Amino acid sequence: MKKLGFVGVMVAVFFMVGSATAGTLDDVKAKGYVQVGVNGDLFGFGKPDGKGVWKGLDVDTGRAIAVAVFGDPNKIKFIPLTAITRFTALQSGEIDVLCRNATRTLSRETALGLNFVQVNYYDGQGFLVPKALGVKSAKELDGAAVCVLPGTTTELNVADYFRSTGMKMKPVVIENTAELAKAFFAGRCDCLTSDASQLAGTRAVAPKPDDYIILPEIISKEPLAPVVRHGDDQWYDIVNMSVLAMINAEEMGITSKNIDEMLKSKDPKVQRFLGVSPGNGKALGLDEKFAYNIVKMVGNYGEVFDRNVGKNTLLKIERGLNALWKDGGLMYSPPFK
Amino acid sequence: MVVAGEEKIPFFNDPAKRSLIYQFGVMVTVAFLGYYLMSNTLTNLERQSIATGFDFLEKESSFEIGESLIDYSAADNYFRALLVGVLNTLKVSFIGIVLTVLLGTIIGVARLSANWLVSRLAAIYIEVLQDIPVLLQLFFWYALFYEMLPAPRQALNPIAGMFICNRGLIFAVPADHPVWAWMGWTVLAVLVAVYVMRRWALRRLYKTGKPFPVFWSSIALMVSLPFIVWMLGGAPTKMDVPQLLGFNFQGGISLSPEFAALLLGLVLYTAAFVAEIVRAGIQSVNKGQTEAAKALGLRSGKVLSLVVIPQALRVIIPPLTSQMLNLTKNSSLAVAIGYPDFVSIANTTINQTGQAIEGVAMIMAVYLGLSLLTSALMNWYNKKIALVER
Repeated sequence: MKKLGFVGVMVAVFFMVGSATAGTLDDVKAKGYVQVGVNGDLFGFGKPDGKGVWKGLDVDTGRAIAVAVFGDPNKIKFIPLTAITRFTALQSGEIDVLCRNATRTLSRETALGLNFVQVNYYDGQGFLVPKALGVKSAKELDGAAVCVLPGTTTELNVADYFRSTGMKMKPVVIENTAELAKAFFAGRCDCLTSDASQLAGTRAVAPKPDDYIILPEIISKEPLAPVVRHGDDQWYDIVNMSVLAMINAEEMGITSKNIDEMLKSKDPKVQRFLGVSPGNGKALGLDEKFAYNIVKMVGNYGEVFDRNVGKNTLLKIERGLNALWKDGGLMYSPPFK
Repeated sequence: MVVAGEEKIPFFNDPAKRSLIYQFGVMVTVAFLGYYLMSNTLTNLERQSIATGFDFLEKESSFEIGESLIDYSAADNYFRALLVGVLNTLKVSFIGIVLTVLLGTIIGVARLSANWLVSRLAAIYIEVLQDIPVLLQLFFWYALFYEMLPAPRQALNPIAGMFICNRGLIFAVPADHPVWAWMGWTVLAVLVAVYVMRRWALRRLYKTGKPFPVFWSSIALMVSLPFIVWMLGGAPTKMDVPQLLGFNFQGGISLSPEFAALLLGLVLYTAAFVAEIVRAGIQSVNKGQTEAAKALGLRSGKVLSLVVIPQALRVIIPPLTSQMLNLTKNSSLAVAIGYPDFVSIANTTINQTGQAIEGVAMIMAVYLGLSLLTSALMNWYNKKIALVER
C-alpha cells in the first residue's frame, strides 16, 4: 500500500506541474513562435495564395504580433480554424491569439472567457444574391433559403432580422467556408449572408463575379478584432498595442518606406513611438524597437488595408468606417507614452 | 499448535486477499484521477472566467434550423434546439438502418447468386463502396444534388404533384382530414390481428397438421380494412400540392438535399458491409443442413426460411448490430454537408455559449444512449433467436 501511495503522489505531482501555467509571453518565447488562429479560406483576411504564402489583413495583424515579440514576421505559425472551432482552440490554449474576423460581443467577452483587443476592421452584415434573382432589397427575401456559417454572430443576426421583419427563412448551414460558397454558387440557396467584407471576398473568387450583387442593407454592427484569453493582462496589452501601433503610425504619417527618415525626427511623440527615447517597450516587456519593427516589416494600418482589401485589390473595399478618425472613420489610437 | 497442511500464509500471498488489494488500489487511483481532472478543469474554467453549468439550456437560442420534426423557431430555447437535433439524428439513423438492412441483405444474397453477372456486380459494389471513405461519398452525393439539379423555377416535374430541384424533392401529400388518423389506427389494429392470427395458425398447424394461408390473409386484411374506413369517412381526395411561391415551394412534404445525400451516402456505404455479413452468415450454415431439409421434402423457400436463415441469423446479428451502431455514429458527418443533426446543433450551441465541456458531454451522452439502446434491443433479439440448449 505504501508503494501505491507513492505512485499516487508521483501522479499528482506530474499533473500539477503540467497544469501550472506561465504567462503567455513566456510560453511564446519558449516555443520560439506565435501560434495565430486564422480563417484559412477568406480572401483578403486570411488565406494562403497560390504559392502557399499566407495573405490577408488578419494574417498581417498576426505578423505584427510576431514582430512585436521576436522582431521577425516569420516566427509565426498560422492555424486555420472554422467559425465553430475558433474559440475552443483559444480557450484550450491551442493558439496564443485569434485573428479570424471575430465579432466583439458581450457574451463572448464574459461567458466565453475571452478578451477582444482594438478592432482591426469595422464591418456589418449584408446579403449577396445572384443578379438573376431580381431582388433589389433584403426586404424582398421572404421565404428565401439562406446560406450562413454556423456558430457566427451572422447566424444570429439573420434570424433576428427575419424575425423582426416578419419574414420566413430556411437556413442552410455548412461549417466550411469554401463548401458553403460552393453550395451558394451552385444555387442551393437564394442568398449568402455574412459580413460585407467577407461577401466581397467570396464574390471576388466566384466563377463569374459580375453575376452577383451585394444588397444595400447592412443589418448589423460587426466590430472585428483579435482575441486573447481572459486573465493574462500582459499578453492582452502586447496584442492590443501591436494593432494600435499600426493605426498610430498611420496617424503620424509613418510608413514602411519613410520610417528610417522618421527616426531622425525631432518630434518627441515620434521619438517615443519609434523607441528613440525608450520606455514604451520596457513597460510592455518587449524590445524598445517593437513599434519601429512592426511598421518597418509589416506596415502601417493604411498600408496593410490597401495591400489586402483596398481599392487596388480584387475586393475593392473603400476605407469607410475603417478610415482614420481625422478622415471621418473610426480608427483612433490612444497616445503612445 | 499448528495443524499440518494449514501453514500460515502471509496475507499478500493469499490470492483472494491479494486480488482484493489490487482492485482496491485501482479503484482509488481511478477515483483520484477522476477527482483531479474534475477539480483541475473547474479551477481552470474559473480562472479564465468561462461560464459553467447547464443554465444555458433555458436561454433563447436565437438561431434558425433548416429542418425539424417538431415546431421550432429562433425564439425557442437551446434545449428545444438540441432536441430538434436529436430527433434529426434519430430520423436519419432509423430510416438509414432499415434501408441498410434491406439493401445489404439483397446484395449479400446476390453475391451468392449462381448467376455469374449478378454475383460479379454485387462483388464490385461491395469492393468499391467499402473502400471509399464515407465522408467523400457524402460530399459526392451532396455536390451531385446541388450541381446537377435545376433551380426551383426550372424544377423537374416528373409526375403531377412532385417536383425535383436543388432545394430537394417536394411532393404532394393528402390534405389534413380526420379520416387519415382513423386509417392509421385501423392499420395498428390490423397489425395486432395479424399477430394473433399467426399464433393461432401455428397452434392449429402443430395440432392438426393443416396449414393456414397467413401471408395472403394478412395482405387482404391490410388492404381492405383501411380502404373500408376511407370509404366510410367520405373518401377524401383533396391533396396538399406544393406550389412555387416567391423563392421556394410551399406546401406538401419536402426532402432536403442534405438529408437525401446523408441518407444515401450512409446507406450505400454501410450496406456494403452488411452484404458481406449476410453472405458470411449464409455460408456458415453447413451444406448438410440444406440437404437434410431437402431430404425431408421441404420446398426450397421453406428450406431457406425454416432451416438456413434461423441458423444464419445467429452469425449475422452480432456484427450487424455493430454496423447499425456505425451508421448511427457516422451520421454525425452530417456537419460537413449541412444537415442539422445533433452534433451540428450542439457545435453551434457550444460556439454561441462557449460551454464546450457541457456541450461535448451532452454529445457523448446522447451517442452513448443511442448506442446502448440499439445494443439492448439487438441483444434481446439475439437471445431470442439464439440456439436453445437443453
